[in-house]
Amino acid sequence: MTPSPPPAIAPLTAALRSALPGDSVITDPVRLRTYECDGLTHHRAVPGVVVLPDTAEQVALVVRLCNEHGVPFVARGSGTGLSGGALPREDGVLIVTSKMRRVLEIDLADRRAVVEPGVTNLAITEAVREQGHYYAPDPSSQQVCSIGGNVAENSGGAHCLKYGFTVNHVEACEVVTPDGDLVRLDRMDPGYDLLGAFVGSEGTLGIATKVTVRLSRAPEAVMTVLAAFRGIEEGGRAVSAIIGAGIVPAAIEMMDALAIEAAEAAVACSYPEGAGAVLIVELDGPAAEVEAQFARLRELCSGAFEMRVAADPAERAAVWKGRRSAFAAVGRISPAYIVQDGVVPRTSLPRVLAAIDRLSAEHGIRVANVFHAGDGNLHPLVLFDDADPGAGERAEVVSGAILDLCVEHGGSITGEHGVGVDKARYMPKMFSGDDLDTMQLVRCAFDPRGLSNPGKVFPTPRLCGEVPGVRKGVHPLVESGEAEHF
Amino acid sequence: MSLELLENTGVTLRDAVADDAVAGVAPRWVALPETVEEVSAVLRACADGDLALTPVGGGTKLHWGAPPQRCDVLLDLCCLNQVLEHAAGDLVVRVQAGVTMGALAGALAAEGQELALDAPPEATVGGTLATAACGPRAFRYGAPRDLLIGVTVVLADGTVARSGGKVVKNVAGYDLGKLFTGSYGTLGVIAEAAFRLHPLPPDRRWLVVEDAGRPRELAGVLAASQAEPSAVELDRPAPGASVAMAALIEGTAAAPRALALRDAVGAGEVSPEPPPWWGAPVQYEEVLVEARFLPGALDGVLEAADAHGMRLRGSPVSGRLRLSPAGEVTEERLSAAVAALRERAHAVVVLAAPYAGVDRWGPVGALPLMRRVKQQFDPGRRMSPGRFAGGI
Repeated sequence: MTPSPPPAIAPLTAALRSALPGDSVITDPVRLRTYECDGLTHHRAVPGVVVLPDTAEQVALVVRLCNEHGVPFVARGSGTGLSGGALPREDGVLIVTSKMRRVLEIDLADRRAVVEPGVTNLAITEAVREQGHYYAPDPSSQQVCSIGGNVAENSGGAHCLKYGFTVNHVEACEVVTPDGDLVRLDRMDPGYDLLGAFVGSEGTLGIATKVTVRLSRAPEAVMTVLAAFRGIEEGGRAVSAIIGAGIVPAAIEMMDALAIEAAEAAVACSYPEGAGAVLIVELDGPAAEVEAQFARLRELCSGAFEMRVAADPAERAAVWKGRRSAFAAVGRISPAYIVQDGVVPRTSLPRVLAAIDRLSAEHGIRVANVFHAGDGNLHPLVLFDDADPGAGERAEVVSGAILDLCVEHGGSITGEHGVGVDKARYMPKMFSGDDLDTMQLVRCAFDPRGLSNPGKVFPTPRLCGEVPGVRKGVHPLVESGEAEHF
Repeated sequence: MSLELLENTGVTLRDAVADDAVAGVAPRWVALPETVEEVSAVLRACADGDLALTPVGGGTKLHWGAPPQRCDVLLDLCCLNQVLEHAAGDLVVRVQAGVTMGALAGALAAEGQELALDAPPEATVGGTLATAACGPRAFRYGAPRDLLIGVTVVLADGTVARSGGKVVKNVAGYDLGKLFTGSYGTLGVIAEAAFRLHPLPPDRRWLVVEDAGRPRELAGVLAASQAEPSAVELDRPAPGASVAMAALIEGTAAAPRALALRDAVGAGEVSPEPPPWWGAPVQYEEVLVEARFLPGALDGVLEAADAHGMRLRGSPVSGRLRLSPAGEVTEERLSAAVAALRERAHAVVVLAAPYAGVDRWGPVGALPLMRRVKQQFDPGRRMSPGRFAGGI
């Protein structure tokens, strides 16, 4: 049942309709419902109204209208987020960037591309692959997730062990501030690093309308190794040995027996039989370096009972297939599951995994472990049967207890999925009240009225003191006759 | 009254001397806290007495930035000099802000690791962060903000706040570390920091081209090479002199990779030693300028520097050069040089200059937002007021 939208939405909707092209404003309840959640499907809210702007100026206009009407807004890219960061507000506007998918500029000499926020992560790489370049951050959802969403979440991916996260690859953003101003934040500009603060702020400091990313040169050689171990401990020892030997692979991924079972059921990835854990190690870089590191890697993985080396892109894809499918694959072995995302110092992995095992046994809830082993980023998949009364609650308990373990070991409650609506209540476990209040000073500077994606990241909003008055200037689009509002 | 407030903190104090001046402005006292709590106590005392304060580490860049509008207390962080935790297996270190980069490098090298920032050894962690100073290998490893994973800061009212943590992968909450990096002490005091580390490279080679006839083209080839140089630097010791360029190849198989790079470039010598100018700050007396630009704008920047009598050194591939006048320069001539450079580069910052009339920062995008950030963090304008862009 959808509650009728609160009164403030009605006049705003009328204003949006007169300001934007007709097909850009959605109010039909059936269509609104398609936007009720992002990738975290158990949080749902039907947005008050959805807009599909085509330009940065239209985004700014929508935000200014929201300000005039005191209505909150939430930005959404492809809706693949896993923390409910794009969960709409029933009393608010959902600004969807899916029409803004133009690659505006590619400059290989300066290794940059300028794209609109709705462009998918992979589309950037596809635009420059033939010229021997790529965009480095590679979240698992890269085929569909948008760069605007990546910027909001500071997305990672398997290869961020060597190459870093979205924030390390974004050079500039054009941003619509929560006031509706269009500003440019650029790494090269003098002054505060507002770009660094903006990336990863989960839509609470404004909406990116153009993103300038750095392009990377494709490595000369790539070598992907699949190593199968009898147990997770042997795999863990190999990871420690690799890091200890001073090798920084592009990626080190690990899956445990249950995750392997799921991947086999889903995509028949044909990992070695009897493996209690598999390790995927990818080396890349200059051919001479990769060759030397590979020889060393063989020694360091001596505990493996089988090693496979993928020499070409097809074989590499086969090795990665199981890993990339892992989240969805557990659907084959469990009716329902929670995807968790936490981080521990890498050296704490063995102790934390043992503790997860104990939690699992204690609560009768299976946990499949898939993780970025190189940087201690765990993605436990907490499995349960939603037909079994109480199982969902027990799974929630286990899932939450895993985050407690991460904090206890000096880690983080999220490595790449973000806080969103899902983990705001865990923030006080990781940060003190002073820490959170200090972070919210940034929020107050950018968004004193608290209209930009409210209710996300922080468990309690901070009062920002003096709030600037509502702006009443004439928007350029209105002035030029391209838009009007009343 | 003010002195009494400071004395009541129990923190070591001394009277300031001429050498303590911040860009020419003499503070009254120097406070020497030994713990984060003591830093907080000093900042609370300053809040109670409305005293303005400037933090300092090694003092190597204290003459950078505009003179503070007022400065009562110099907060010397030299006694916060502990490496708190080096988790070698995690490639992470936590340090206090007063640790010098040299001391840190020594401690990390014992475990075969490094913080890949190339800062001068006498500079401190806090000063390197506060000025966001980049070295040659920023091309590969990023700027200070890219290797910083956690920070403890003390705000103008004495509040101690943390963000980030001690794991590399972490997206919980806002990244205050990035906001404070490069903020020149105007938002608060950086007290502790955690960094991502790298293994010390097993081998290094430099490809040195003494006379890069076409610097932009050469830099482009080096940057795009699959031999993957960690850094490319150029040096022009005097206006009109030829441009020397060198690329650093480090890691496994450095020697064959450097030779392959030389073959690809068709010029230069491969050496296990860097050229003498590598990584050293460009020589300057009083005036130091930094130009930031897209690599494609290099030729224009070089021309403008030549036309205005400036020597330069830095990275043509990261688009960051430091320039200094080859001889005496008046305020007027410096302003003209900076204006000419601003036509060619994305941004030109006068890092150090004894002239009040020079536009040190040039146009600053998003300045209204920056002012709002400053207003939130330091409403009393006690933290290094006036030192930063836009008079912040």
